[in-house]
Amino acid sequence: MNSKRIKWLLYHLFVGCFAIVMLYPVIWLVMSSFKPSNLIFVTAGKLIPDPWIWTNYVDGWKGIGNQPFITFIRNSFIVVSLSTIGAVLSSALVAFGFARTNFVGKGLWFTLMMLTLMLPFEVVLIPQYILFSELGWLNSYLPIIVPQFFGVPFFIFLMVQFIRTIPGELDEAATIDGCGKLRLFIRIIVPLIAPAMATAAIFSFYWRWEDLLGPVLYVNSPSKYTVSLALKMFLDSETISNWGAMFAMSVVSLVPVIIVFFMFQRQIVEGISTTGLKG
Amino acid sequence: MTKATLMKAIRRNVAGYAFISPFIIGFLVFTAFPIVASFFYSFTSFDMLTAPKFVGLDNFVTMFTNDPKYWKSVKVTLYYVVAVVPLRLTFALFIAMLLARASRMIGVYRTMFYLPSIIGGSVAVAIMWRNLFGDDGVINILLTLLGLDAVRWFGNPTAALWMLIMLAVWQFGSSMLIFLAGLKNIPPTYYEAAAVDGANPVQKFFRITIPMLSPVILFNTIMQTISAFITFIPAFIITKGTGQPLDGTLLYSLYLFRRAFQFFQMGYGSAMAWILLIVIAILTLILFKTSRFWVHYETKEGN
Repeated sequence: MNSKRIKWLLYHLFVGCFAIVMLYPVIWLVMSSFKPSNLIFVTAGKLIPDPWIWTNYVDGWKGIGNQPFITFIRNSFIVVSLSTIGAVLSSALVAFGFARTNFVGKGLWFTLMMLTLMLPFEVVLIPQYILFSELGWLNSYLPIIVPQFFGVPFFIFLMVQFIRTIPGELDEAATIDGCGKLRLFIRIIVPLIAPAMATAAIFSFYWRWEDLLGPVLYVNSPSKYTVSLALKMFLDSETISNWGAMFAMSVVSLVPVIIVFFMFQRQIVEGISTTGLKG
Repeated sequence: MTKATLMKAIRRNVAGYAFISPFIIGFLVFTAFPIVASFFYSFTSFDMLTAPKFVGLDNFVTMFTNDPKYWKSVKVTLYYVVAVVPLRLTFALFIAMLLARASRMIGVYRTMFYLPSIIGGSVAVAIMWRNLFGDDGVINILLTLLGLDAVRWFGNPTAALWMLIMLAVWQFGSSMLIFLAGLKNIPPTYYEAAAVDGANPVQKFFRITIPMLSPVILFNTIMQTISAFITFIPAFIITKGTGQPLDGTLLYSLYLFRRAFQFFQMGYGSAMAWILLIVIAILTLILFKTSRFWVHYETKEGN
């Protein structure tokens, strides 16, 4: 009995300490954002700020490139919400097509879709850039948002898996009642796959919020910068004096991500466990 | 075939294609066409200001015979992949096994181990990492405390690359979750039977856990290898897009990006992209082919 206790204690001590080591960098970032810029590295070994100050947040909030930080947050929200709506709706439609209709060439298209999951982005990067510049879409969010409206393979796969668990009898009953495919999709399937759509929405939120490559390539004017691009600009103009502000705005950029993570942990964990979706 | 059944078949096909049409259009415009186009560009010299000029195999010849930076980036990338993939998977499996037991705290631990992965792709974390490894950063303080010499992480090419490797290994969360799901699917009776037969933990690990997990290990290995090969953002942010010091962190994607979008050599960039695609395709194929020697697929029994 006693040795079991000791084993239990050792287990939790080890796993707990390990977990704290893993999180230490994040805690350090948050704590450093409350330290005066000139003390961040002098006191890098100490976690607790002395004195605690808020001025980094005030400075950072003033923004960069003549734009207040709230502009970047607003821009990010525009990109994220439009992209996410497009990605989730189009993926649901396509997933329904793959899971519940039969047509010539279905296997081929599904294979092609799964292959795009493994396609290195570098291969399409340059022609896409040329295409979007020909379309006159440079310095806008269109190159980032529009492709999301054509189905995202990861989400399609996730939803196909989910729809396959729904008994086919439901479809049959609805079809006998004279329900067309589109109505079947909207009235019966969409409400049933809502959890999978929520998972897709969460991942879409993460990917678009953190996305840097899209904004780096396609957005030029500071008034259109997203949060990640603005942070990069903070970093590129890094001088000894604005470390604190950069740290503070880094923390701000993580807040939505962490809130969503704690709110929807279950969906995230299930989404990854069942499809190998990457966070 | 009667007219009625023919009509029905047509209608069914039309309905199917109508539903997946967004994907087909998107695939053709944003994936298929660009793949073909980049293949075409790879044989040209193209700066986006003037029309592409056909140069035959020049880009490939230059790349392989006359561009030391190219080979440097290949070496750096291979080093990175070979270090990141095994380390990340080992960590992920180790932690997953630690967490695959009944305890009320598991949810909390899982969250703590997964959090770095969920925020890992952000610029904020790259900024954080850059500063942790600064000359007066936390890592050097720790090294000094342990009686070791401080490392100039931004002054030494190998050290700088290891800084990127550690950032990637730190984000083992999604592999860990996939392993956890896999571990839960191993029937406990296997371990009980092994215990009855007097198997020790090491034997259980190699005779039950590893074979039962092997399909998941294959999946994780393939996905992590691909994602390691195409790593771009961390190197881009942490080195401020330079790949310094001494090109020690010049990952393949970063070099490709510089060629294409800083020097506007779209043809050369496309040629690089195609070589990357071919290498990844071959590696994936090899992993699949060899998998029948080491991946254990359970035969379906009953239901």
